Amino acid sequence: MADVKTLKVEVVSPEEEIFSGLAEFVALPGEVGELGIYPQHTPLLTRIRPGAVRIKLAGRDEEELVFVAGGILDVHPEAVTVLADTAIRGRDLDEARANEARKRAEETLANSTAQFDHAKAQAELAVAIAQLAALARLRERS
Amino acid sequence: MAGFKEIRTKIKSVESTRKITKAMEMVAVSKMRKAQDRMRASRPYAERVRNIAGHLAEANPDYVHPFMIRHETLRRAGLIVVSTDKGLCGGMNTNVLRLTTNRMRDYAQAGVAVDAVAVGGKGAGFLNRFGAHVVSQVVQLGDVPHLERLIGPVKVLTDAYLNNEIDEIRLLYTRFVNTMTQVPAEELLIPMGAETLRPDRSALRLDYICEPDPQTVIDDLVTNYVEALIYRAVAENMASEQAARRLAMKAATDNAGSVIDELRLKYNKSRQASITQEITEIVSGAAAV
Repeated sequence: MADVKTLKVEVVSPEEEIFSGLAEFVALPGEVGELGIYPQHTPLLTRIRPGAVRIKLAGRDEEELVFVAGGILDVHPEAVTVLADTAIRGRDLDEARANEARKRAEETLANSTAQFDHAKAQAELAVAIAQLAALARLRERS
Repeated sequence: MAGFKEIRTKIKSVESTRKITKAMEMVAVSKMRKAQDRMRASRPYAERVRNIAGHLAEANPDYVHPFMIRHETLRRAGLIVVSTDKGLCGGMNTNVLRLTTNRMRDYAQAGVAVDAVAVGGKGAGFLNRFGAHVVSQVVQLGDVPHLERLIGPVKVLTDAYLNNEIDEIRLLYTRFVNTMTQVPAEELLIPMGAETLRPDRSALRLDYICEPDPQTVIDDLVTNYVEALIYRAVAENMASEQAARRLAMKAATDNAGSVIDELRLKYNKSRQASITQEITEIVSGAAAV
């Protein structure tokens, strides 16, 4: 490594790439405590809490602030990757979401028959496909 | 010969239909671009998570994540069916639902029960109408996929896998190939093959310090990976939806155009016919006098 004074910092979430660039120093809210990371840090993997990630950009005075709703932090000697969650997570919260989804489905399930009617379903799809095919043919002719 | 006033009204109505389909086409074009960008943006995250989870799994060979353990017998399967909320997008939903129905028939023949999770209104309506066992559903997703809304419904299935109630989970959605082609796709989500999590050979192998401990971190990463895969499927489905709608609406606009041409010809003919008839009447009237 020619330059050991900088870190490649990336903050990515499933929905977008939030930040990518070189930095001299990064501070993040780790699960066990606030973390400050300089270049040549020992490889580390930990969860982070919701909070602000402060990134001191290389060769510049200003700091970049990125808010993350938690996630996982991956530290290499020359690179820091923050795998940010887009939603505020938590075991209880996830459980609540699952329950809510389950409840909604049960409501609809209550007024339906127990057996999936393959024949009927296939018949309906066949009709739809036939219609589409007819349309395609019609278009070719005109 | 039909009255030409009636034909004129018909032309007007087809013209306004064409205006609507044209507008929908243009809306779909602009939404498609954004949907494609979002689809691409979801890739780096899934890659990273997979790489790190792979590193860790290799560094801690004594811990195997439950999602990677294949159940011995297949008694119950989970299907995640991704469809659109709105129609007017060609055969896209029909194709993915046909794939789903085929898969369910195969399961039924093998004596495997099915738990379905419906993402998107069209699939939810279809599965409920035909009495599939829908354990959870999300509808009205809007134009932007939100992971937050997908976590709950999917957790119902992943929890069931962890509790040994479900033996595999499959994901069905429409894959975006390009703006002209979208194909229905099926993926085995869980159990994951060992090769799924194999990291890039080029990357360095490092001895990580893990906080609080490797197992918790691996669990988290694998869960995130699964969610990222589902998010990607939904993002692809949305890009496909817009592309399919653009195509369908373009075809509808073109069709309306040719219908208008035909009607206009008919209109002119019938107008000419009535004028000719009027003249004939006047001329024969004058001759009689």
